[in-house]
Amino acid sequence: MMAPTRNRIARRFTELQAADRAGLVTFISAGDPDYDTSLDTLLGLPAAGADIIELGMPFSDPMADGPSIQQASQRALQGGQDMHKTLAMVRAFREHDNETPLVLMGYYNPIHRLGVAPFLALASAAGVDGLIVVDLPPEHDEEIRRPAREHDLHVIRLATPTTDECRLPRVLQDATGFLYYVSGTGVTGATQASPERIEAQLSRIRQKTELPIGVGFGIRTPDQARCIAEFADAVVVGSALTDCFQQAERPADGKRAVLERVRSLAAAIAEAR
Amino acid sequence: MGFSTPRHDPVPDANGCFGHFGGRFVAETLMPLTLDLQAQYAAVKDSASFRAELAALQRDFVGRQSPLYFAERLTERLQGATIYLKREDLMHTGAHKINNCLGQLLLARHMGKRRIIAETGAGMHGVATATVAARFGMDCTVYMGSADIDRQRPNVERMQLLGAEIVPVSHGTGTLKDAMNEAMRDWTTNVASTFYVIGTVAGPHPYPSLVRDFQSVIGQEVREQMLEREGRPPDSLLACIGGGSNAMGLFHPFVHEPDVRLIGVEAAGQGLETGRHAASLQGGAPGVLHGNRTYLLQSEEGQIVDAHSISAGLDYPGIGPEHAWLHETGRGEYVAVTDDEAVDAFHTLCRLEGIIPALESSHAIAHAIKLAPTLPRSHRMVINLSGRGDKDMASVADYMTAKPNDRGTQ
Repeated sequence: MMAPTRNRIARRFTELQAADRAGLVTFISAGDPDYDTSLDTLLGLPAAGADIIELGMPFSDPMADGPSIQQASQRALQGGQDMHKTLAMVRAFREHDNETPLVLMGYYNPIHRLGVAPFLALASAAGVDGLIVVDLPPEHDEEIRRPAREHDLHVIRLATPTTDECRLPRVLQDATGFLYYVSGTGVTGATQASPERIEAQLSRIRQKTELPIGVGFGIRTPDQARCIAEFADAVVVGSALTDCFQQAERPADGKRAVLERVRSLAAAIAEAR
Repeated sequence: MGFSTPRHDPVPDANGCFGHFGGRFVAETLMPLTLDLQAQYAAVKDSASFRAELAALQRDFVGRQSPLYFAERLTERLQGATIYLKREDLMHTGAHKINNCLGQLLLARHMGKRRIIAETGAGMHGVATATVAARFGMDCTVYMGSADIDRQRPNVERMQLLGAEIVPVSHGTGTLKDAMNEAMRDWTTNVASTFYVIGTVAGPHPYPSLVRDFQSVIGQEVREQMLEREGRPPDSLLACIGGGSNAMGLFHPFVHEPDVRLIGVEAAGQGLETGRHAASLQGGAPGVLHGNRTYLLQSEEGQIVDAHSISAGLDYPGIGPEHAWLHETGRGEYVAVTDDEAVDAFHTLCRLEGIIPALESSHAIAHAIKLAPTLPRSHRMVINLSGRGDKDMASVADYMTAKPNDRGTQ
């Protein structure tokens, strides 16, 4: 069961630690604005500086997302994206890149509808390394986390500013891969909390876990990314990338803008420490 | 066997599950809030002072108890079961929605929250929330789909009159589910200050049981009124179902009495076979949305699809998880009636009883019109007349214009 390419997430964080720099985690929505452009963009991300890729599984009702990622999801669905195409994108990506960790991110219903077991088998075979299911808190994630372990897939847990001392152990218990720290309350794309505050929260969490911690929500600019990269293990950028497709006149322009932004974010992160 | 008839097991369980439905499928940001809400509700719900305050306002502000009315001419016409109507349409703001709003706003006040948010579809829950918020001097923001704002203009004006801010939601399809998404986003953003008043028996735990509890005053009164009048409980209970709060409120006190038939009536819209309906149990599949696992209208790919009903209040692609559980265990009977049948029933009740029912409630009447003739006069049927139909004048008029020849002949 354990192929040599497994645990790309753990291996990537080990490499980052050795290089003493934070990783850049990039989010794009699969199929946004269309399948081909999205796949082209995905293929370009590692060379542009993405250390870990989050690929959104589009959903009709993305309740935890702000306007930018909602619109990305809608563009993808209008373009005919579905779970099978998203997994096909991952397979196509793996033909070119067998090193960069890839995490699927989305909501539970499309997985539930396909069936947890078939979904995990397909995702694992496609070369997915982890899952972030936004509306599946620790109280309910066992139904996917347990079978996912058999496929060596990480189910990434999220912590937020509202995750207080009494709740944190529940979140960290059985957490694997990395911890995603959502640095503000609110929906994706909302404004960011101050770096000092985030750093204080991270040191609080680090007392309780050895897991690498990625920080996301509201990080848009190279300057913001540099600040967070001083203390976080990874910096997650999403809405700032999906905005590129929203603003582009043609899909190819959107792809160029995404990769350009990823390059500037990666450069800023590289000089943070 | 996985399922047994619901007896006196505690439902929902500690995770808010009714069988495998319900739960708390929300983003981590909201988890601590739902846990806090659950703890605060548990602490307050049986306290004498909370209950006394709620009871006084139910009586003096809402107008409870609502009458149980013997529908004499409808009973005569149908030549079958003896039919009673539970007159929630006579309550303040014109529907059962206020029972829940009053309870939740008292709870919000107890928790020290000053800002209230709500979603609304037809506008009745929005109006009820705005009404109680005005009564308590709280800030109130109501999310409403832009398509619904166009369909339900009088209720928008009522909410504004009551001091609520209406936020149009044009994402998605601009209907109730999108309004609920946006309210959840607001709640996620303003976690510390804000109390989210969900309008039906859905959402993350504890909402389905909390809303049910505040609505179960309906069923409790029916029990007392039937015992007083007939010396025994009713034989069947009928209610319409969108999310299912008026039905759950009526059913709940009788769930453990297997002799009482619990009949929920979904909206079949233009017909179940057309795909243009709002019948989540009969035309949907289990899934996860808005914080709970339940039956949903969805595509093969798990994308949520639009509900369709002439009644905006039933126009929701999900259903409360406790109904999903009552359906799967067989304790509840769930049927569906079409727009045509509901409009016929609307006219029938207007002409026979001098009562203009809400189009939502007309669905329950429509099923009673089919069912009652098959039952003996000794069968006591109670239909929840969950709201009044003044708000539906335009919808019915439009419908009659489109289909002038075969309506209103009752």
